[in-house]
Formats: sequence, structure tokens, C-alpha cells
Amino acid sequence: MSWTPCFLSMLSTLVLGVSVPPGALDCWVFLSCLEVLQRIEGCCDRAQIDSNIAHTVGLWSYATEKLKSLGYLCGLVSEKGPNSEDLNRTVDLLAGLGAERPETANTAQSPYKKLKEALSSVEAFEKHYLDLSHATIEMYTSIGRIRSAKFVGKDLAEFYMRKKSPQKAEVYLQGALKNYLAEGWALPVTHTRKQLAECQKRLGQIENYLQTSSLLASDCHLTEEERESFCREILSFASRQTDSPGHKIVLPLHSFAHLRDLRFTPPNAVVHVGGVLSVEITVCSQMPVPVQVEQIAIHVHFSIEKNNYRKTAEWLTKHRAAGGLVSFPAEAAPCPAPQSSLPALELCEMFERSPSDNSLNTTGIICKNVHMLLRRQESGAALEASTGVALEDGAHVLKCTSVTLEPGANTITFQTQAKEPGTYTLRQLCASLGPVCFVLPHIHPPVQYDVYSQEPQLRVEPLADSLLAGIPQKVKFTVTTGHYTVKNGDSLQLSNIEAMLILCHAENRAVIYSNTREKASDAALRVQSSDKVTSISLPAAPAYHLIEFELDVLSLPSAPAAGGESAVLGTTEPHWKHRDTQKASHSMATTDHRVSIDCPWSIYSTVIALTFSMPFRTTHSLLSAGTRKYVQVCVQNLSELDFQLSDSNLVAAGDSSDLRLVPLHTDSQQHVRSEQAVFFVWELKWTREPPPPLHGQFSVGFSPASEQRLPVSLKPYTYEFQVDSFFTLYSVTAEISPPPGAELCKTGALCSLEVTITRLADLLEVDKDEALTESEEYFSTKLMYEVVDNSSNWAVCGKSSGVVSMPVCARATHRVHMEVMPLFAGYLPLPDVRLFKYLPHHSAHSSQLDADSWIENDGLSVDKHVDEQLDSSSIRSRGSGHSAASSEHKGLPMPRLQALPPGQVFNCSAGTQVLVVPSKDDHVLEVSVT
Amino acid sequence: MAVCVAVIAKENYPLYIRSVPTESELKFHYMVHTSLDVVDEKISAMGKALVDQRELYLGLLYPTEDYKVYGYVTNSKVKFVMVVDSSNTALRDNEIRSMFRKLHNSYTDVMCNPFYNPGDRIQSRAFDSMVTSMMVQVC
Repeated sequence: MSWTPCFLSMLSTLVLGVSVPPGALDCWVFLSCLEVLQRIEGCCDRAQIDSNIAHTVGLWSYATEKLKSLGYLCGLVSEKGPNSEDLNRTVDLLAGLGAERPETANTAQSPYKKLKEALSSVEAFEKHYLDLSHATIEMYTSIGRIRSAKFVGKDLAEFYMRKKSPQKAEVYLQGALKNYLAEGWALPVTHTRKQLAECQKRLGQIENYLQTSSLLASDCHLTEEERESFCREILSFASRQTDSPGHKIVLPLHSFAHLRDLRFTPPNAVVHVGGVLSVEITVCSQMPVPVQVEQIAIHVHFSIEKNNYRKTAEWLTKHRAAGGLVSFPAEAAPCPAPQSSLPALELCEMFERSPSDNSLNTTGIICKNVHMLLRRQESGAALEASTGVALEDGAHVLKCTSVTLEPGANTITFQTQAKEPGTYTLRQLCASLGPVCFVLPHIHPPVQYDVYSQEPQLRVEPLADSLLAGIPQKVKFTVTTGHYTVKNGDSLQLSNIEAMLILCHAENRAVIYSNTREKASDAALRVQSSDKVTSISLPAAPAYHLIEFELDVLSLPSAPAAGGESAVLGTTEPHWKHRDTQKASHSMATTDHRVSIDCPWSIYSTVIALTFSMPFRTTHSLLSAGTRKYVQVCVQNLSELDFQLSDSNLVAAGDSSDLRLVPLHTDSQQHVRSEQAVFFVWELKWTREPPPPLHGQFSVGFSPASEQRLPVSLKPYTYEFQVDSFFTLYSVTAEISPPPGAELCKTGALCSLEVTITRLADLLEVDKDEALTESEEYFSTKLMYEVVDNSSNWAVCGKSSGVVSMPVCARATHRVHMEVMPLFAGYLPLPDVRLFKYLPHHSAHSSQLDADSWIENDGLSVDKHVDEQLDSSSIRSRGSGHSAASSEHKGLPMPRLQALPPGQVFNCSAGTQVLVVPSKDDHVLEVSVT
Repeated sequence: MAVCVAVIAKENYPLYIRSVPTESELKFHYMVHTSLDVVDEKISAMGKALVDQRELYLGLLYPTEDYKVYGYVTNSKVKFVMVVDSSNTALRDNEIRSMFRKLHNSYTDVMCNPFYNPGDRIQSRAFDSMVTSMMVQVC
């Protein structure tokens, strides 16, 4: 148990109602404390005492306190010693003690003797007081009660100060202050600092004294007068002439003023060489009175910028900081809490990707300011110690002289003219008052500005996303002058290209912008064209400006030849093909034009590529109706613009006067909107049979629908194509009849399909190939038919294909009969009937069907149906068929199929439908197709 | 009743400290600060006890001639220190306990305020008026 509480409660009861002279109670308490302690020491051994210090230390501290107050009361602590009044009081007290009790009278050391001795002389008091104090501090420290130890130490310091030995006091004051600062107790800090300032003043530690004074002058816990007096201390020292003029006293800035924010003009903090940059800082002065500062300087560190990108004009326009304001975090103001003195974590994420496939290898978080956070706490806590605030001596300094800092926020503006290109980092802020310098050693977060120098540059870019060929298009020229000053008479020389015209208007204006994208002026632009060169006279512009102007260019539309797709168009599956090509080609055909431009600032030409896109895509197709033929041209508008088409025309090239083209469309003007298509149809007529191949030349005039009048006449858009062998040779008719006895076809019931192939023309030039065989009276050719139903509406029963020998003469007809079964009810389209030319295997022509598709045609190898219909001449063909089958197994060349050109076959029954009624029990229908 | 009430953060800096009369403010600051030694001692001695059995009330920290200093620690190691006048003998341990409990409740309310940053000085008016009600009105 602790002795102090019971002791005190005893005391409080005793004191009640008893009036004693001042100091008597103190004497009594002191004696009792020491008596108790002595008894304890007497009855316990050393180890026991040591383990119970926590309980006895209170009494020690109490006794020390009492002795101190007795000392003050009796004038033993003052410098001059006790005066007569003090002596009287001492005598009274000593008398009040009475005689020493007999049991301790003989001992050398007793509390009574101690008190009597202490009160009798100044030296003896000092000795006893110091003994007690040191003992108490030691005990407190040994049991870890640091705060209490510091508190006793502070009393001791006060004693030393009174005894005119400030050097001894300083240690205790510093120790206590450090403790209070570390734990953030504002009032004790202020109080201790005040004592320390007095101590340092007496010691003549000018630097430390000024620093403490500046801290006190900015301390809001002091009264206004006290703060002003400390402030005046600094000012008077600063105005005093020192013997050594070069000597400077460097103090940290944070006690004097606080840098709140910083603003650059221009806001992005990037200036060109020779440009003016201003830095505006806001400093909050913490002094209670206005302070006249001789000079405020920002020390700047210069480094040559390696990252060139920041210096370009693109960077300038893209990265614009919001107002160019940099704010600095407020320093821990009235309550210096220990955790707020730590800097905030600066984290950034990190990704590491593997170079081969760009997959994520590692990810993590990097703390950028580890060195700040993980440093030793002791050194971090030594705030008060005058840490070496080094004044950097750099060549680059921004200065501002004779500034008056009012209490509170002050705005100071620094102006500088940029000289060398590079990066300038603001390092230190320094305010000097005579020999006193207040220095902010690190400006954090780091602030920097860049000075760049730029080469002149020319950029040419279209105004729209892409340039369209055939119509006038605007192109923007941007000249970034960089360090070059454009003089009157400087011009850009553009070498002309035949396919691209530069259109000169009477009124062309160029706009000059300053580097910050503010419009400076505009001027007329003179454009002169000769055969080879177009010369553009630039208006005079200062360095680091932009000149912008627009010019109209016109690329002549190049005629795209009919591509390969026109050949595949109109094969057996015209619809499918058409859809495929539409899906695939949404990109426009493009042409590149390279223009070389001579610039006045360089001996080299700048080559600029402009890409023009054709706004149209054109396809053609051949349509048949029996023997009549039609040519359809489809013009598809791929661009965003609407166009007006006029004067569409299709002529047959060459000397083919035998062909006539009759237009079926009447409108001469056609409007084609964006992403739409216009179709033109001509009927093809001929005067001699067979007609020659058609070399079509299609042309149509076009102009943007939005513009009424164009300054130049535009060239029409042209398209060339060729259509071969379009004369109809065969007509194919398919007919499905219901089974005999039934009126309609029924699902699941076999119906008969009759295919009629009719030859429409006599022997022509196109028939002369390997398939043609000559017998006694007529020629014949071999055709293969194939019945295919892609939509699985029909099941073809038995053979689906076969080879027929077709006599080559008009009106020769072949009928093929086969069985089909409808699988669904409803109006079903007829199955497709395809015709191929059947070529013997020794043909040198390339095969139209590969071996795989050939094998699928199982009907060919066993064509028993066919030979019933074959006449005598076809027996040979059957033999060849068999030989083909046998040769197929040996891996020898096989007979091949060749598709007939689309114009040569006309399917009369295309699009016909047959009504199929459902059978009564169609839900159990089971069909097996072999 | 109390002459000084202090709330001290886990890191031993004051979150709230108020005393009457204001002239002796400094003295109370020193007193509360010194009492933290005893609070620390008591907390470390208590550290071995189980969490649910832990007593938040630390009792009398140390007496001086004129004042008694009482301590209380929350589970988050925030300390409450209260200084009462020694002459006020009517004040029993139970009353001190209930005062601390009231203080703790009010502190919890402050912490529940979403606009309060834990670790900042307490500036809540409700807390202030509660402390005033616990203080002696010195005329």
C-alpha cells in the first residue's frame, strides 16, 4: 500500500480548525515524511525498499516539495540571501519545532537535525534540497515515472535559475520541454519555453534564444503583450549591428511564418525560353505585429530536363493544372500531436507485366516516403533542438526585397525571366531580417516549373475525321513558331501534285495565337499558285506563337476498276454473295497524297501525307428475264455526307455498236443519303446474236447535297466493269406434281419432280470446249444437273443429280423425273436445280469443284437412272462415267464440273411455291434420307 | 465536485481539458500530465487481466494536499482524469464512478459523430455542457 494517501487523510483531519503560523504545517509534514521513511528504512532490507519505491516515492516527492516551499518562505532561495523579515520567520519556525525528542537526540542523522540545519543557512539548504530532489528524480526515473521526474526537475530548474546558475537549469528545462512536446501538452510547453527563453537569454545562446522567442511570439497561448515583447526581442536583435557581418543566424521558418500556398502564372508552370514566369506565394505570418523583412528568397535547384515530352506544345495544351495552385498542408498548429507530425503516407500502385504477352506478373503498392516514416523516433522528436538548418547556396534564386509581413496571410509575388531550358525545383524559402534568416529547409510537396525551348513545327491535319475525295475539303495548317520569329515575307512552299488541287479563295485568314492559346491577332493570308508550287505567305508572328489557317483541297476521284467481286457476283447464289460483300466492306477505298512543304526555318522539306477516301462503293450485276438482259449498277454512299447524284450514264465501251443500253430509271437527279445506296438499271439490247461481251463505263456526277454552289466544277465519279457471256443458253423448269390420285401434295407422301432443261440457242462460240462431242448429224454437250434443297423442306429420294447429254441445237429438251418428299406443310419453295458443264477428266481447265465435293455426289458413280434416258450417244458418256468412278478409286484425275456463267442459264421456276397439306398423322412421321 | 476534467488520447496528448478556476489552469495541466505516470502504471499492471474482467475505473491515482486525482481508462486506451477538491469529503467512490460513466457515455456520443475525426480535439458543445454540469461552479 502507498503511504501517501493515509498520511494525507490523517493530515487533513488534523489541519481542520487549527490555525498555525505559515510554514509550521510544512515543517510538520516534512518531519513526518522523513520520520516515516526512516522507520521504513530501519525495518526493511535494501531489496525490499527497492521493490517498494513506487509506494514511498510519493513521500520523498512530498518532502522535497515541502522543503522547497519552506526555502522560498524563509528567503533561502533568493540571490541575496534572507532579509530580516525572513530571518524572523525562520527563528519563529525553529522555535516552534521545540526540542528534539530524546530517542533521536543522540543520532548523527535525524529528520529534526536535517530540517534545523537546512533552515539555518543558505548553503545547507541548497545541499539538503539538492540531495532530496536528486534522490526523488532518481527514484521516479527508476520506476519509469518519467513525467513526475520531469516535473520535479522543473522545480529544480526554477531553483537553479534563482540561484543564478542557468547552465544547470537548462538541462532540466530542455528535458521537460521535450517530454511535453512529444506528448503535445500545449500549456506546459508554453510555460516551459518561457522559462527556457529566460535561461537561454542569461546563457547568451543567441541562436537558441531567438528560436525560442520566435516560437513564443507565435504561441497563441500567451497574451498579446507577451507575444509582442518576444517578437520585439527578435526585431531588436535583427536591427542591431553585429561585429561579424558575414555571420548569419539561421532559424527554421515554421515558427515565424507558414507557407500556405503557391501559384504559378502561367498556371501550368511551363514557360518558353525568354518567357516571364511569376510565382505568387501566400505566407501566413504568425508574428503578432507587422514585420519588415529585408528579403524573401526562394532557392531553386536547376536540372536539365531529360523528358522532352513535357516541353512540347502538345503537352502545353493538354496538361493544364487547375489554376496552377499548389497548397501546402498546414503544420501542426496549436496541438502538436505526435502522430500529426509524421508525414502522410505517399502510396502509389505498381504493375509489372511480362514483356511477352502483357499479362500481369506482379502488382503492389510502393510507399514513396519510407525514409520519412521509418526513421528513428528519437531524431524525429528532437524538434526543439536547433537541427542544422542548412542554407543552400544555389545560383538560382527568386528574390523579393523589403516586404512587410502583416500578421496573417500575405501574398508575395516573384517574377523571373526564364533563361536556360530545364526543370527548376523550388527547394527552400528564406526570409531574412538583417543577420537573422528564417529558412524553410524543404518545400514539400515538391514544386517545380519548366522552361523549354521548342523547334518550329508545321502540322497539317484534316478538319473532319477523314478527307473525302472528289469534293473540296478543309485542311488545317498549324505552325508552331517555337524559337523562330516569323518575319513578313516568310512563306510555305507546297509542291503541287496532279491529283490534288489546292483551291485558292480570295479571302483566307490566318489566326495567330499566343502560347497559352489566347488569340493574339489575325491577318490576311496570301496564297499564290503556279504550275508546280503553291506559295502561302505567312503573317509575321513572334516566337512561341501559333499560326493557324485553313485551306481547301480537292482530290480528284480515281476510278476504281471493277474488282474481283463482280466476277463472283451473280453465280448460283447471288443473294448470299451480295450480303457477304456488304458486310465485309464498310471501309472506304483510300488514296494517299504526299505533299512536300518547304518551311522558311528549315532547309529540309516537310512531307505530309493526306489520305482521301472515296465516298462511294459501286457494284454491278446482271439480271435476266428469259432471254432479256438487264444491267444493274448499285452506288453505295459510305460517307457521313448526303450527296446529290446527277447525269448518271452507262455506255458500252469499244466499237460494239451491236449493243444498246436503254435506261429504265427516269430521274436525272438522285439524292443519296449517308449509308444508303442508289440503284440504276439499264436494259441490254443487241442487234446480232450472240451479243458481244459488254464493257460498261458508268459515270455519275456528284456534289454534296448541303452545298448549293461550288467554286469549282467537280469531276464525275466513274466505274468500269465487264459482263461476259450473258446470252441465255438453257432454260430450266422444275415442276412438282402431287402423287397420282391426290389433289395436293401431302407431307410424307412422295411427289414427282419434273425438271425440264431446254436449249435455247444453236451452236455458239461459247460451246466450243471439251464437253462438246460431235456425232453424225449434231453436236452434243454434257451437262450435270443437281437438285439441292438447302432449306431442308424436301427430301430428295433416290438420285439427286445426274449427267445428261444435251444436243446443241435450239429447242432441244431434256426431262428428268425424280421423287421428292415434302417434309413440312405449307407453301414450300421448290428445290434448287443447278446446272453444271460436265468436263472429261483430261481437260486442262481448272476444276470448279474439288475432290471432296465430287465424292459427295454419290449419284455419279452409279447413275442407273440416267442411262435409261440416254440415247445411243450417251452410252459412251456412261462408259466414261464408269471409268471416272474407277479412276477415282485409283486416285487418277476425275471428270470435273464447271459452273455455267450466270447469264447462260435461266431458271424459269425460281421463286415458285407449291402448296403442301399436312398428313393426318404427321406427328409420327419418320423420314430417313439415304 | 470536479475542478478539472481531462480526456487524454491513447498517445497521451490531451483531447479535452478544462478546469476551474481558469487562473490555475497551468497547475492542473501539470497535475494531469504527471498523473499519467500512475495511469500508465495501473494500465500495465492490469494488462494481464482478461478483457471482460477489466475494470475501467482506476480509482484514486494520487492525492495532494488540496486535490484528489481519479483515473479511468476506456478499452481503446483513452484516459479520463478528474481532479476533485480534497475538502469535498462528501464525494464517495461510487459518485466518482458514476461521473466517469457519464463522461464515458458522452465521449462515446462524440465518437459516434461522423464529422468528428478520432484523434482531434473535442469541440462538441454537448460534451462541453456535460463537463460543465460536473464541475464546481466557482463564483
